[in-house]
Amino acid sequence: MKRHVGWIGLMLLLSVTAWGVQRFPPPQFDSDYQIPQTTTPMPHPPMRDVVGVVVLLAALGAASWLTLKKRSRKWIVGLMLFSLLFFGFFRKGCVCSVGSIGNIALAAFNSEYALPAAVLVFFLAPLVFTLFFGRGFCAGVCPLGAMQDIVLIRPVRVPEPLEAALRLLAYLYLAFAVLFAATGSLFLICRYDPFVTFFRFNGNWNLWVLGISFLLISLFVGRPYCRFLCPYGVILRQLSRISRWRVKITPDECIQCRLCEQACPFGAVVKPAKPLPPTETARSKRTIAFLIVLLPVLAALGGWIGSALHPMLADAHPTVRLANRIDAELAGLVKGQTDASEAFRASGQDVQLLRLEAVSIRHRFLVGGIMAGVALGLIAGGKLIASAVPVVRKEYEAHRAGCFACGRCFAYCPVEQKRRIDQSTTNTK
Amino acid sequence: MTQPDKPVNRRDFLRDGLWGACFAGLAGTGAVLASKSGRQQYVWQIDPAKCTACGNCATFCVLQESAVKCVHAYQMCGYCDLCTGYYRPEPSALDTAAENQLCPRGAIIRTYVEDPYFQYTIDEPLCNGCGKCVEGCGAFGNGSLFLQVRHDRCVNCNECAIAAACPPQAFKRVPADKPYLLKGQG
Repeated sequence: MKRHVGWIGLMLLLSVTAWGVQRFPPPQFDSDYQIPQTTTPMPHPPMRDVVGVVVLLAALGAASWLTLKKRSRKWIVGLMLFSLLFFGFFRKGCVCSVGSIGNIALAAFNSEYALPAAVLVFFLAPLVFTLFFGRGFCAGVCPLGAMQDIVLIRPVRVPEPLEAALRLLAYLYLAFAVLFAATGSLFLICRYDPFVTFFRFNGNWNLWVLGISFLLISLFVGRPYCRFLCPYGVILRQLSRISRWRVKITPDECIQCRLCEQACPFGAVVKPAKPLPPTETARSKRTIAFLIVLLPVLAALGGWIGSALHPMLADAHPTVRLANRIDAELAGLVKGQTDASEAFRASGQDVQLLRLEAVSIRHRFLVGGIMAGVALGLIAGGKLIASAVPVVRKEYEAHRAGCFACGRCFAYCPVEQKRRIDQSTTNTK
Repeated sequence: MTQPDKPVNRRDFLRDGLWGACFAGLAGTGAVLASKSGRQQYVWQIDPAKCTACGNCATFCVLQESAVKCVHAYQMCGYCDLCTGYYRPEPSALDTAAENQLCPRGAIIRTYVEDPYFQYTIDEPLCNGCGKCVEGCGAFGNGSLFLQVRHDRCVNCNECAIAAACPPQAFKRVPADKPYLLKGQG
């Protein structure tokens, strides 16, 4: 009998919840008890972002002046340490120019995401400064670069062909980052930010291992993330090629003393090169012609790979992953449920709608994958052609794209030494 | 910049043209994105209507101790003596002994209000956001306990690690001036 009452009670309870009424109505208190309010501590005040933007612009200006006019490694290191403390440890590395690529891609392809103005400035300001003054951002403002630069103690030279090949990784990384962000799947760059764990001094083991490995490699290979992975660096490189002003090793005429030859730990000091002997030019022209013909082939290959990989890439999107899982569960291909499929079933949403959504996301991945593949193919082909075109260079100079403007080479140049002595004597007079 | 008396060669002309194109491109991108952007910052928050209290919040946050904590919508609470968010199923006694409590960290404080009502308060420094109480309260109670990102702790990652691991995709970006999605507030 008692059990029956229990069942009826349970039925009543369930029917009450089915009507959307609270199971236990909030009590009427007889005492003068006051119902407490839920506390809502607020996030950082918006002033913090205004300060961040102002300091960013000031640091970019300072970096440009220090690398082009003041020409002092010491001061550049000072600025670098300041940026490491401010953008890294104080702002906890977020939001940064490198990671802002994700926000920009998301905003460009999704109308419902409103891009915060501060993020836009973090993305654009270093690009504009680079277009005018070269990569002062990398030298003195980027906390990720600073982290690697200060631990570089015994630089190892990376052979030029290996360097060129590894550099393609950055293009690949950029392509994936934009694709994943534009489809609303994830912010790849932020997720695998190597040093954000240090900035927060908090994080899971995978991230610590990633950060510490990068730091250990940075002891011997100068700025590995900047050179081989940084997707923002890819854009900066191209803008730096055509920048109005840029770092020069020597403040005056190069005297071909070769003292700066080994100065750059990043392999960005390039040697003078004579024009090809006439016997070689015909062969060089044939190679270039062949590579130009190869270009559309590489682009087509890239596009094909992109389209072939798109179902796999689309799996990065949580909705596609969920739809695949639900379908597999319904077809009896897998046993049990994941947290996501369980949550989906519990919510009682329509499977057909989920499938439709997944189809539209997969389609976006197909288009994006082909575009990214074609772009990567063209870039790889373009790099091959560029490497085959003979360069004529009269003096030792900082590589237009590869120079981080770190200022290490200044002190190696005797002309620079003379300038400094002249300057100090005029100052004391 | 070329001097007026210096003849312009093709290389310089092309380079200047390219530079101008890049500058225009950046300016254009900036203008288009600026028209879409707002001054408003965004922060992460959990939609309590979607949350399943799976427990990922406790483990996936980039902070060692999650920025997600349980919060209590007191005006929804039934002030039950037998609180299914506080007690394990079939507790041996309705007292504050640890073996009866659902919360693994003992982060819920039970205080007597008046017969037969008890107030339940979250001791936030102890709470790890595991959501066990949320599950218990949601299954048999009023659902007045729910998880929220606490913005005094959240570092507001550009890519929230919990959002990426959230099974029901309950995390979303909300404007920073209204950073909470509280239950029982209309």
